[in-house]
Order: sequence, then structure tokens, then C-alpha cells
Amino acid sequence: MKMKVTSEQDLAEAIRAATGPLKVQGGGTRPIGRPVEGEPLEVGIAGVELYEPGALTLVVRAGTPLSEVEALLAAEGQRLAFEPPDMRAFLGTKGTPTIGGAVAANASGPRRIQVGAARDHTLGMRFVDGTGRVLKNGGRVMKNVTGYDLVKLLAGSWGTLGVISELSLKVQAIPETEATLLGHGLDLGDAVAALARALGSPYDVSGAAHLDGGATMVRVEGMQGMVDHRAAALLTGALAGWERVDGAESAALWRGVRDLAHLAGTPAALWRVSLKPSDAPRFSAALTAAGLQHGGVYDWGGGLAWLTLDPGLEDAGATALRAALAPFGGHATLIRAPAAIREKVDVFQPQPAPLAAISRGLKQKFDPRGLLNPGLMG
Amino acid sequence: MEMPAPDAAILAKKPRLVAALRAVLGPGGVIEDGVELRAYECDGLAAYRCPPLCAVLPRSTAEVAAVMRICHSEGVPVVPRGSGTSLSGGALPTADAVLLGIARMNRVLETDYQNRFIRVEAGRTNLSVTGAVESQGFFYAPDPSSQLACAIAGNIAMNSGGAHCLKYGVTTNNLLGVTMVMADGEVVEIGGAHLDAGGLDLLGLVCGSEGQLGVVTEATLRILATPEGARPVLIGYDSAEVAGACVSDIIKSGILPVAIEYMDRLVIQAAEAHVHADYPDCEALLIIEVEGSEAEIADQLGRIIEIARRHDPVEIRESGSPAESEKIWQGRKTAFGAMGQINDYMCLDGTIPVNRLPEVLKRIGEMGDAVGLQVGNVFHAGDGNMHPLILYDANRPGDLEKTEALGADILRLCVEVGGCLTGEHGVGVEKREIMTAQYGADDLEIQMQVKDVFDPDWVLNPAKVFPLDVSAGRRG
Repeated sequence: MKMKVTSEQDLAEAIRAATGPLKVQGGGTRPIGRPVEGEPLEVGIAGVELYEPGALTLVVRAGTPLSEVEALLAAEGQRLAFEPPDMRAFLGTKGTPTIGGAVAANASGPRRIQVGAARDHTLGMRFVDGTGRVLKNGGRVMKNVTGYDLVKLLAGSWGTLGVISELSLKVQAIPETEATLLGHGLDLGDAVAALARALGSPYDVSGAAHLDGGATMVRVEGMQGMVDHRAAALLTGALAGWERVDGAESAALWRGVRDLAHLAGTPAALWRVSLKPSDAPRFSAALTAAGLQHGGVYDWGGGLAWLTLDPGLEDAGATALRAALAPFGGHATLIRAPAAIREKVDVFQPQPAPLAAISRGLKQKFDPRGLLNPGLMG
Repeated sequence: MEMPAPDAAILAKKPRLVAALRAVLGPGGVIEDGVELRAYECDGLAAYRCPPLCAVLPRSTAEVAAVMRICHSEGVPVVPRGSGTSLSGGALPTADAVLLGIARMNRVLETDYQNRFIRVEAGRTNLSVTGAVESQGFFYAPDPSSQLACAIAGNIAMNSGGAHCLKYGVTTNNLLGVTMVMADGEVVEIGGAHLDAGGLDLLGLVCGSEGQLGVVTEATLRILATPEGARPVLIGYDSAEVAGACVSDIIKSGILPVAIEYMDRLVIQAAEAHVHADYPDCEALLIIEVEGSEAEIADQLGRIIEIARRHDPVEIRESGSPAESEKIWQGRKTAFGAMGQINDYMCLDGTIPVNRLPEVLKRIGEMGDAVGLQVGNVFHAGDGNMHPLILYDANRPGDLEKTEALGADILRLCVEVGGCLTGEHGVGVEKREIMTAQYGADDLEIQMQVKDVFDPDWVLNPAKVFPLDVSAGRRG
């Protein structure tokens, strides 16, 4: 039976009363990780608690649809700086992404390289742990080092340590304008090198991506004069000969990068690989050498590789891909594959033994009965 | 402020412990002489002092691991120390603790400009990280006031901020990875040159954990391209309310200054007497700095000045040259020293929502008046991180206690208006006992349970962060 809780108190009671595993979800738009056998628990705790545009602060309940949050902010000329992706088109999922789901997944888009991830914009939260305790950590101010930062720990924990009920977020003013500089016909090696030049410039690049077989893109945002100055400086320097597009056209390009439009419409297995940017070309070559043909979107200057692999591979390529990645460090997460495959491979990057022991220890403290999305992260 | 009574059984095994530590660190790596230990008896919170049992100065991660193995097996508390600049007593020893100083580990291990990171030993000072990369046009963004002296290890322990974090974030936003020695001596690597965690975000948890979860010996830090230029404007107002409204309007306008600093009349006068910065004699002074090319700076400052004028300032002074910029900043940068010329002071560190600034400043003034203590305010207004400075006389009996009580009340006020006890200095021993103002029993319990996972025997910096009675059952 599916449960939907609409208040923090109900959430706490549901967890306290649970006798078996719970499959915790927000909008259910990111069916990622090991499949969880459990009673579905949908977090429908919605609504805005507090919004202070002059303090760049939003306090919102976790089940609030992301679209509502974005509309509310846009009305004041503000936005979520971390650009949470909307994976529905790619993953073929329905439902409504929630702000709590985005933070639980630490879902961050192209601007992550400039402003940080979802976790960096989460100032505080309330959550219910696996024992049914209602807990809070952090606050709603920009700087806060009072006690341990459990906010970072919970962001990206996929509901395995606690169920987020309320979030405080740092928001950002929408800049006056943006421009994208486009390079064409670059191979991955040349593209990553060009992106590194742009990111190493003082021009405050807020997006740096390469589409396999497509364009290479660099974004600058800000006041009109600032964008003009920076674009011109890049076009006469690091990115000589590139093309410039502006405004809505530029924004559409980055929505495409964010939501993986370039890769949509294929049945392929999808991997998300985080690595040192300059290793991306060699890693890609190692994959090819291992017989893994792949397409990809390389965001974060090459440091985030979204890779599509042949859906016929029996482990979605996990063994060979992680073997190819091993010499470089970094980590790989299997974002999309049939449940039968996700059941038997490590969906999240296996941790070195001491870190795995710490993670298990934390899970044991936050959720001693193993109720919350058990096994999802491995 | 109390510290736990030292464990007599540990004091009794000092000779054996020192011998074991010398065996792994050599004679120069262990300090046990009472006079020499005085150098480690306190940190930047100098009102409290206690020499440790001994101090160790390892030169490598392996030596740190050896120290931790010995102390762990002997059940001896370890207090990690970077440069000892903590303003909250984070590195304050107890008499039965081994003080582990990391200052000898200060090498640059790797610089990578293409991927924009630097890997350093954690005893390296904050400013010298920038020093190592500035010739290539890069810098390390977090800039605590103590950056000339403070160590990266301490920055990570306290998740330090600085004047420029309005734009660039604090330590946790600029930290990519650490090498950390666990309480039992095991060495772990968390994170690296890549972004974000493959599993749970243990790096985010370690940053700001005040040396209670492990001893960080190496760090991978994000470096950024140095901006083309930077220039401040100084704006004076006759009231705190108006200055606060101006700050709020600037933030809301979408301009992102790198710093918005605030000084009140007491601090302005002290700074003026100290360095003659030609500050106007007014109630509230803002220093707002922006970065970019010369045209970008002019554009941003123009917009800021336009907003500022709407609030009827008593003075607007836009810097036109590096010399003028330096003069504008000089008073701010030496403000703490200037206040120290007047008397002893206690520096607080609460953060409040930016829109509550005027009200909180007013109430702080009233609270000080009520107990007969002067409070100056100099702080990072852009992010609401206040630094009330309570002036007192350390030689007058009862003054310190009165000051501590006022300080605690001011921090409770910060929590009451929606803020927190500490924005960048950390809890340490200073704010330990008032953690209950911000957190309930369960909120503290879950944090202590996190420490249980990393350090089941509570060997690392045990008498910090949590109220002593709350952590009593866990400490040895």
C-alpha cells in the first residue's frame, strides 16, 4: 500500500509505526539506485514557510514541487543557482520533481562548477531519521558552523539516512543576461583543453560543456556590459574563432545540457562519472579500448561525464567501466538500467573499505532498523 | 567556563607515553618541558589556558598515524592544532591531553592549473596557499582575518569563512578532498580532484567537525583565477536601520559584491584613532567591494552608489586608485587591533538573517548598556555574520564573567531572530554550553552519534562542541 504523508508529524509517525522497509520518494522522478523492496512512502509535505528575497533565503517544505519553487523565485527575479536537472524526459518518468528530492539526490546542473552543488545551497534542514526522531541541522543564515554539518551528509544520501521534511535554501538573483560561446567540430581532447582555458580565465564562466559529436559550449552570465566584456575577451583569447549566441537561445542550450537532451530518446544504459576534468579524454579512450562504445555529454569542463552504453551489456558495463576509471580516481554511478541489472551491480561507486565502514556505521546510527530505502546506495 | 578535570591515571603514565611518542617522532618531535609547553597552553581565545600533557609535532601523515595509534591504545585524549588562532578555544588543551600540532606539515604537494586545484599538507597557512599559485594568476578564496597565520587544517576543522565568502563561499565550498588520520590511526582518503562524493558526503561532514572526527593532514583545495581587478566604495549612514536597508537593496538588486563590511560608530572611532583612515564620524559605515575589469567595476559601483544615494548617505567615497582602496580597507582590517587598544575585548560570531540587522544592533546596544559594557560591531553584513566586540577589563574582578554572560545573551538573541551561534569561528569551548539554545536534545544526540562512528572512544578533542553534561557519558 502506498502512503503519502503531508505533514512532518505524520511522517514521523509513519516511520515510527513502520515494521518493514520503506521506499522513500519525493516526486518519484529519479528511480535511481538499487531497487528498493518496501512500502512506498511519498513525501507530500508541501508549502513555503518563509521567503525573504532581500536575504536571499527560502524556507520550503520538502515535497513542494520544484516548478512551484522556481516560479515563486522567478516572480522576484531570483532562482536556484545550482540548476537542478529535470531527468523526466531522459528517464521517461512521470510525476513532479520536488525540492526535497533534488536535495536528497544532490542534483546539480552545469552551474555547479561556478556556484557549487545543491548541497552548497542548502543552509539547513529538518528531517526524520529511521527511529522517527524529528531532527534539525543548520539554519537559514548564510554562514553557520554551529555543530556538525549534517546538511551536507543528508544532501545526496537518497533518503537512506533520514527523510527530509523542510529545507532552507540560499537563492540567487537572476542575472541581467547570459551568452554562450560555441565551438564546433572539436574532439573531446581539444574540447576539454579549450574548456580548461576558459575556466582558468578570470571571466567567471558559469557553464563549460562538450556534447559528443556536437558543440562545445562556454557560458557567461551577468550584467549586459559584463557579459559583453567577458565574451569578447574569451573570443579574442582562449576561445578565438568561436560563435556567440545570447539570451533565450543561450538558456535553451544549457537546459539541454542540464536535462541531457543530447542523449534522450535512446534505450541506452546511462552512467554519471565524476572525475578530474583533464582525465576525461583518456578515460573515454580507455573505455573505447575496452570495447565500450559510448556517447556522452561532458559537463563541468569534462569533470562530469554522462555516458550512454549499449543497453545489451549484461552488467550495463559496470565492471569494464569501473576498471577503466580506476587509474584516474573519481566515481561512477549507474543512473539508468533495467531493475534486473541494478539489482546485481553496484549502482553507486564501491567505497574503499574504511569509508564503507564509516558509511555503514552512519546508516546504523541514523536508521538502526534499516527501514529507509535499504540497499539503495549499496 | 569549565574544562573536565584531568584523569590522574593518564597523568601518571606521562613518562611511558612520552617515551613511546619519542620512539616514533624522534626527540625533536615531542615537547614535554613545562616552560616550552606554555606555547601550546592556549589559542586565540587567550582567556583560557592549560598546558597539555605533552605536545607532538609530526612531520608526515605516517607520523600522525603513529601518534594516534599510541594515544588510542593508551586511551589518551588528543587535541589537534593548526596554527592556534582559533577564537573559540578549538585548540585549547586539557592537562591530560596530547596536543598534536600540525605546523611542520606545510608543503605544497601538487598544483594543477588545468584542473584548478592545489594539494597541500594541512599545516600550511591559508595565505601561503594563495602565495603558491598567485604567480600563475590564481588564488585560494576563503580569507579569514587570521589568514597570515592560520592553517588549512584549522580552516577545515572550523569551516572558516572570511570577508570575501559572500561571493566565493566558505571552506566547505572550496574543499575537494582530504587525507585524514582516524582516531585509531587508520589513514583515509576522502574526495580528491573530482567533484562531489560517490557515496555519502563524508567530506562535507568532516569539514567543520572541529577536529573531533579525525586529524586532517592533507587537503585538495579549489583554486580560482584571480579577478582582473577590485575596488571598494565607502558609504556612511546616520543610522543602522538605513545602512541595513541599503545592504538589503543591494543584495536584492542582483549585484554580487565580493564583500559588504559594516562598522559601527564605536569601531569607526577606534579605527580612526588607530590608523587615521579618514572615516566619517557616523553611525554606520559600509565598505563594499566589487571585482572585474575596470569597466565592470565602474558599472557595478555605479549601480551600488545609485542604490546607496536613495538612502541619503552622509558620505560616499569611491576608491579611484589602489592607494585609496588600501586606505578604505585599512581601518576595517585593523579594526580588531584598534579595539584592542581601547581595552580587552571578547569577539562574538553569531549570524542573523540580513534583514534583522538594525533591530539586532539596537538590542545589542541596549543589552550592553544594561550591564555597563560597551559593544562595538564590525562584521560581514552581506551574509549577516556579526562580530560584536564586548569591551572589558581583564584585570577587574568579575568583568570577564559579566562579559561572558552578555556574550551568551547576544548569541541567544541571534538564535531567537532566526540565526545561529557561530558563523565562522566554531563552537569550541566558548559556545559549547549554549549549544542547547540552538539545538534540542535529539539534535545534539545525533551529532554525538556521528562522532561515535568516527571516534567510538572519544579520543579526539573530546571536551569541545557539546555541553559537558551532555557529552559526559561518552567522554572517558
